[in-house]
This record gives sequence, C-alpha cells and structure tokens, in this order.
Amino acid sequence: MKRIYLDHIAAAPVDPGVLAEMRPFLETHYGNPQSLHSDGQLAAEAVDAARESVAVLLGAEAGEIVFTASGTEANNLAIKGLALAQKAKGNHLVVSAIEHASVLKAVKTLERSGFQATLVPVDGEGRVDPAEVARALRPETILVSVMTANSEVGTIEPIEEIVREVRAKSPGVLVHTDAIAAAGHIPLDVNILGVDTLSLSGNAFYGPKGSAALFVKKGRKLVPQIEGGIQEGGRRGGSEDVAALVGMGAAARLAAGAMAERSTRMTALRDRLIDGLIRSVERVRLTGSRAHRLPYHASVCVEFVEGEAMLLGLDFKGIAASSFSACTSKSLKISHVLLAMGLDHAVAQGSLIFSLIDTTTAADVDYVLEVFPSVIGRLRNMSPLYTDFLKESGR
Amino acid sequence: MIYSDKVMDHFQNPRNVGTLPDADGVGQVGNPVCGDMMTFYVKVKDDRLTDVKFQTFGCGAAIAVSSMVSEMAVGKTIDEAMAITNEKVAEELGGLPKNKLHCSNLGADALHAALDNFQARKAGTATGPKVVGDHDHDAAGEASDHCPYCAGPVEASTEMCSCKKCDLDLVECGHCHLYTNKAETNCTHCGAQLER
Repeated sequence: MKRIYLDHIAAAPVDPGVLAEMRPFLETHYGNPQSLHSDGQLAAEAVDAARESVAVLLGAEAGEIVFTASGTEANNLAIKGLALAQKAKGNHLVVSAIEHASVLKAVKTLERSGFQATLVPVDGEGRVDPAEVARALRPETILVSVMTANSEVGTIEPIEEIVREVRAKSPGVLVHTDAIAAAGHIPLDVNILGVDTLSLSGNAFYGPKGSAALFVKKGRKLVPQIEGGIQEGGRRGGSEDVAALVGMGAAARLAAGAMAERSTRMTALRDRLIDGLIRSVERVRLTGSRAHRLPYHASVCVEFVEGEAMLLGLDFKGIAASSFSACTSKSLKISHVLLAMGLDHAVAQGSLIFSLIDTTTAADVDYVLEVFPSVIGRLRNMSPLYTDFLKESGR
Repeated sequence: MIYSDKVMDHFQNPRNVGTLPDADGVGQVGNPVCGDMMTFYVKVKDDRLTDVKFQTFGCGAAIAVSSMVSEMAVGKTIDEAMAITNEKVAEELGGLPKNKLHCSNLGADALHAALDNFQARKAGTATGPKVVGDHDHDAAGEASDHCPYCAGPVEASTEMCSCKKCDLDLVECGHCHLYTNKAETNCTHCGAQLER
C-alpha cells in the first residue's frame, strides 16, 4: 500500500539535494573544523558557509548564528542562557501559555532557582494578544518568550507587534521566539521581527535531524548550557556535526529560494484538506487560526472519538498523521495548547493533525478525504458519546 | 508498533460492539475528560451471561480491551465473569504498553459494574445503569485544590502535596489531574496508574 506521510510536525524527509551536499562530509571529509590541517580547514569552511546560509534565511549576520543539535537545545540555551546572564537585572519571565515543552520546562527549572514567570493566555484561535504580553511586564522582567508559530494548531503569532509593545513599555527586556515550526516556511527577518534570539531546526525545512540553531543578536550575552569547548564562539561546546550543519545550510538556501512557490502550493492543498475534513464529517472543527496559519498545517478536533484510535485507523489506510490527545502522549496528559485555547476536554481528546510535506500532492489530499469519513464513522459507531449525541439530536 | 498483533486485531475487528436495549445490567466507567469511557451491557439467563455488548470512547488499547473483555465474558457464569481481572485481560491481549495498563482496569471494571448493576436490579435496589468513576468534568484538567476525602484545601508544591485539613498525603493523577491518597496505586477517579 502507498504510504501518505502527513506528519511534518514530527519529522520531515531530507531533501535529496540536501543529502547530496551532506554526503561527502559523512564519507571523505571527516576532519574536525577546529583542526589546523587542511582536512580540518575544509570542514571549517563548510561550517562557515552553512552558518552564512542560515543567517541569510533570517536576515542575520553569520556571527549571530549559534548551531545546536536540536531545536529543544536551542530553546533551552535561549531561555536559561539569557535569564542566567541577566540575573543581576531581574528575575521575572513572561512566556505564552502555548510554548513548547522545551521552553516551559526550562522556565520551570528557572523557577526552582528563584526566577518567577507569568504565563500569558491565548484566545480561542491560539493567538497571543500583544497587549496581554505588555500587561504582564514588571520592573523586574528580563525576558519574554512567545513562539512564532505553534506546531499543534498551526497558528502564527504577531511577534513583530509583541516586540513593539514590549520595547515601548520596557526597552531593556529581551525577547526570544521559538520559530521552529515557522522558519523556512514563512518569511522571517530578525531585523523586522526585532527579537533578540530565535530558534530554528533544520529538519523542519527538509534538512537533517540533529541540525538546529539559535540566532543571538549581536551583543546579547548568554550563559552556555553545554560547556567544554571553544566551538560556536564559546556559546555551545561540542565538536561540530559537520554533515548535519552542511545539510542545514543547504536546506536554508533551498527554503529561501523556494519559499514563495512552496507556500502558495501548500496553502492551496492545506485549504483543500481543511475544507474537505470539515465538510465530509459533521462535528469536526478547525483548531487554531484560519487567517494566521502555517502553510503546511491542517489541524482539527473530531468530536466523540479519541485521537490515538484515529491515528491507528488512518495508519491502516496508509496515512501517517498525529494527535495531541491524552492517550497519544506518553505521559497521558492532554495538550496544554488546546486547553489554553479553552477547548472542552472531551473535544480536545479528538485532536488530529495533518501536516503536509513538500512532496504532498492533491491526489494524496483527496485520498485522505476519501477514507476519512469511514475511519471516523467506524470509531463513532462504537462511541457511547456519539450514541448519546444521536439520541439527544433525535436521530 | 507499540501494540501486539492481538491488540491490533481486536482494535480493527472489535467483537460485540453495540448496545442492548433490553439489557439486564449496564455499567459505565471513565469519562471523556480522562480520554476513556466504556459502557458494558449484559444479558443474563440462569446465572450465565448470554450476551455482552459494549461501546467505548478511547484509544486503541481501550477499544481492544473492551472487545477482549466482552469475548471473555460471553457464556460465563456471574462468578466466572466477576473473576475476570485486569491482569488476565492484558495477558490475553499479549500484553499492553505500561502506560496503557490502566485501560485494562477500565475494561474489567466496566464489566463488573454491569454485573453489579444486574445484581442490584435483581435485588430491586437499582433501575438505571451503574456509573462508576464519573466526576465533575469542570474540575479536571487542572488539579482541583480540594482534598477529595474531606474537601479541605490542598497545599501543593512540586515535590509533594497534602491536605491542610486532614493532613493526608495526596498525589496528583497525571491522567485526570485530580488528587488521590498517596497510598493508592491507581487514581480513584479515572483508574490510571499513579506515577511514583
């Protein structure tokens, strides 16, 4: 059976061109960029070029890019690194309620060592109100963190406006944005956004896993979280994974060139999918914003059924999707994002996300729409909640 | 795949799905807030379960467990059916992932609730279905700040929490986020295994 992979938010394929650029660095060019000899210098030049490519994608300077081994690490470095470096100035952080765990857990850790944090709520579409962020600022606030886009519901946040509000009220407060779901898919220019740090991950835009970076605006100090080396200007120790970084650089160049075309194409497929899902089955609702939405992201809640059961049912039909229901998570915790958006717990259990990849076709989308009603219908037929619903609606 | 072939078979081809309008006993456990909800219907004749039907809202494991419980119960005497344990259900399914074991608790509990309901109806002490483990839906999601045993205020920190009134040590269920006595191994509200 043909597999249709619609779980971009979990992992994306590596572009063949990217892989081709990486290959020599896994085979023959294995030198360490820190070595003086020619083999080392060849690797160093490749890392420099990759750094430049990532910088160009963000409108940054090469020196402002710190490579890390994951987006999670980049977020940890930003939150802990910036907060600890500014400890003398204050101890208060402002973060949105829908941040990724790599931000929220880092904040929790800081709270245990004397920092305080305020969670900023979101509206029903998962949007952060810039005025709410400004309201949460205190004289002792040192850092604000709001993600550029949320991978569970696809909502793009008004980062530019948030930065403007924060600067107007507290010019000294730094702003971090987790752009892992957004970078490479929507235009991001750090000069326009005005953020102090921004995290991104290579795999999210068809680079290899294990490649990520943190943009750190020139002059911003951060306390390294992985010590023991001179790499990345002393901000992140550890021998460079040259092949991965070369791959991230190649993917960044590809994304910069193809973004407009990709975005138009994927937005059309996304809308076809969202509209089809909602039309083909009753009591299916979009989660997240329709207007401010990632081009590759279609997320819904299907009432009366549970997410994991839907994923298994779809997998039998050859479709890979994802869910943030409690049963899908290892910890059995329901998505904090859906709850922050005010969704009813029972409805949130029906979380279902289709995230498109570059090679997704209209035929793929149509196949999903063709099998979706039967996958849901089968589960609803055994759901006591659906039986109650039919009874209540007199059917 | 995280599930055994047997689990996947019961998920794909669940046995005995449906309702029994003329059931002799109906039992319901769980609630949608926790992610799993099961309703079992039983027909009893001469102390034997002649028909068992179920409806389940939940994950793959919850559906497979319900199906397996129904298959194990049909044709059994009341006593034999009451002896169906969570362990036996999980074993018959070729094992369940650790974080899904509480689903097997729910399956056996729902069957037992239906049987209790049958007995109660026979004794004339019940007419409607037996509903177990339902709680205030609004209270879930966030830990309720009241002790479930004496309704006193709960003092919670990241390390531990306890009731300020009855001084009982409590633990927050990772599944439904309600408090349960720390001495319990499973959440008394949704049946999930408590993390230690």
